[in-house]
Amino acid sequence: MNRFFKSLFITIVYLFLYLPVAIFIIYSFNNAKFSSMWNGATLHWYRVLFSDIPLLIVTGHSLVIAVLAASMATFVGALGACALFRYRFFGKKLLDGLIFVLIIVPDLVFGISLLVLYVTLKIQLGFWTLLLAHITFCLPFVVVTVYGRLDGTDKNILEAAKDLGASDYLIFKRIILPLMIPALIAGWLLSFTLSMDDVIVSFFVSGPTYQILPLYIYSQIHVGITPEINALCTLIFVFTVTLVLASRFLLKGTSKN
Amino acid sequence: MMSDRIFKRFSVGVLTIWLLVFALLPALLVVCGSLLIQGEDNFFSWHLTIQNYVELFSADYLYVFLRSFYLAGLTVLFCLLLGYPFAYIVARMPAYLKPILMFLIILPFWTSSLIRIYSIIVIISAQGLLNRFLLWLGIIHQPLQLLFTQGAVLIGLVYSLLPFMILPLYANLEKFDWRLIDAARDLGANKFRVLAKIVIPITIPGIIAGIILVLLPAMTMFYIPDILGGAKSLLLGNLIKNQFIEARNWPFGSAISVMLTVIMGFLLLVYWRFTTPRSRKDLV
Repeated sequence: MNRFFKSLFITIVYLFLYLPVAIFIIYSFNNAKFSSMWNGATLHWYRVLFSDIPLLIVTGHSLVIAVLAASMATFVGALGACALFRYRFFGKKLLDGLIFVLIIVPDLVFGISLLVLYVTLKIQLGFWTLLLAHITFCLPFVVVTVYGRLDGTDKNILEAAKDLGASDYLIFKRIILPLMIPALIAGWLLSFTLSMDDVIVSFFVSGPTYQILPLYIYSQIHVGITPEINALCTLIFVFTVTLVLASRFLLKGTSKN
Repeated sequence: MMSDRIFKRFSVGVLTIWLLVFALLPALLVVCGSLLIQGEDNFFSWHLTIQNYVELFSADYLYVFLRSFYLAGLTVLFCLLLGYPFAYIVARMPAYLKPILMFLIILPFWTSSLIRIYSIIVIISAQGLLNRFLLWLGIIHQPLQLLFTQGAVLIGLVYSLLPFMILPLYANLEKFDWRLIDAARDLGANKFRVLAKIVIPITIPGIIAGIILVLLPAMTMFYIPDILGGAKSLLLGNLIKNQFIEARNWPFGSAISVMLTVIMGFLLLVYWRFTTPRSRKDLV
């Protein structure tokens, strides 16, 4: 009986989390506009989607920002995580604190603080302001992921390499980097998904010259979302899940060797 | 070696400079901005004042603040009621199932949060799935009016923030030594006593971490009341957003934001008191 209630409870939580996902996927095949009634299955909205150039451009913008932000955040974050792992330096506590606070600070507070920065420095809102913001909010997650991976490493390996005459750069390239690779991939994927889905920060730091998908959807919500957007989100969802599962599968292969 | 020094400087420097410029500096600018007044053609005008903070404590804003806090508090409560038993049950599952079950918690979050919130409308609207289901069951005889109420916003907030409660709780419960429970049972404690005296006290850091990760976003996710709720100024987040976008009173918006940060600082202080440096990892 106890087991039954446990399974029931877990099922209800999953149902709660997955029902909205299931609904937007199902409605992307619905043969009706704006209707919450089921009207038969169709691929019509997928066809509409692929001929809607403005929507595809906006999606492209989002992908460009997400890929660039994830890559940049992974680069800076990995380098930073190594520094935090290897060296003692002035201001390390402050850096630790900043990373911690950046992770838990509400997006809204972060978004307006960047807006104030950009306006103070008189930087026009657009592609660059958006990219810099996305890199910054992804950065701490990469640092934490990579640092977590390095933290368990035996530092004696590094000492041994040093005794044998390896330079810091060589140690980084030959020891630390190979160790980090699973964390780099995990950090990159996390950053990619965070960037693709961000509404709040982007809302404040983007300009009319460079619109991204979440803000486009946000602007459409009061008018009503067409199944075309459901179709687009379904495709992005499938794409992301495939990406993550593939990377997990590949990593499992390498960790065994 | 010379190149080693350069490498160290470079790896330390890039992250430090990045965070100083894009995290610390903006935060300081907001604090400064909150002490100024609204300019005519600039967003800030150089008059030092604490007027913005005084205004925060006027009845109107205090009301918004309390309402926001109340709704965020309810969100935390429901997240705990759903999340704690969930994390507990999963933590006691066989080892091979745990990663899959936790993976399934994160999976829905790889889609646009806006679309998922919008889907909730389809569920709770007057002719929506929920009402049709309840009518069919015969529990209700007239459709419930959920959409555009506080209840709808609450559902949206709990939906969006539940994983942020489950993840730290699970991280905490996963390390729990279940032999403690057997020991207590052997000594004659009943189930509730075990829960109240052992399980909950040991997982307090996870609970506080979850509260921090849910409470603050719950006050600031302005798009959820925008989509699901009728009243626009339901949350503190909507108030801040309006000050920046519509009212164009940036100093006042900054002041509200600083106040939110102060609340965050206070919660962190509580968290610090209840944790050791090692266990703090669960928060992130």
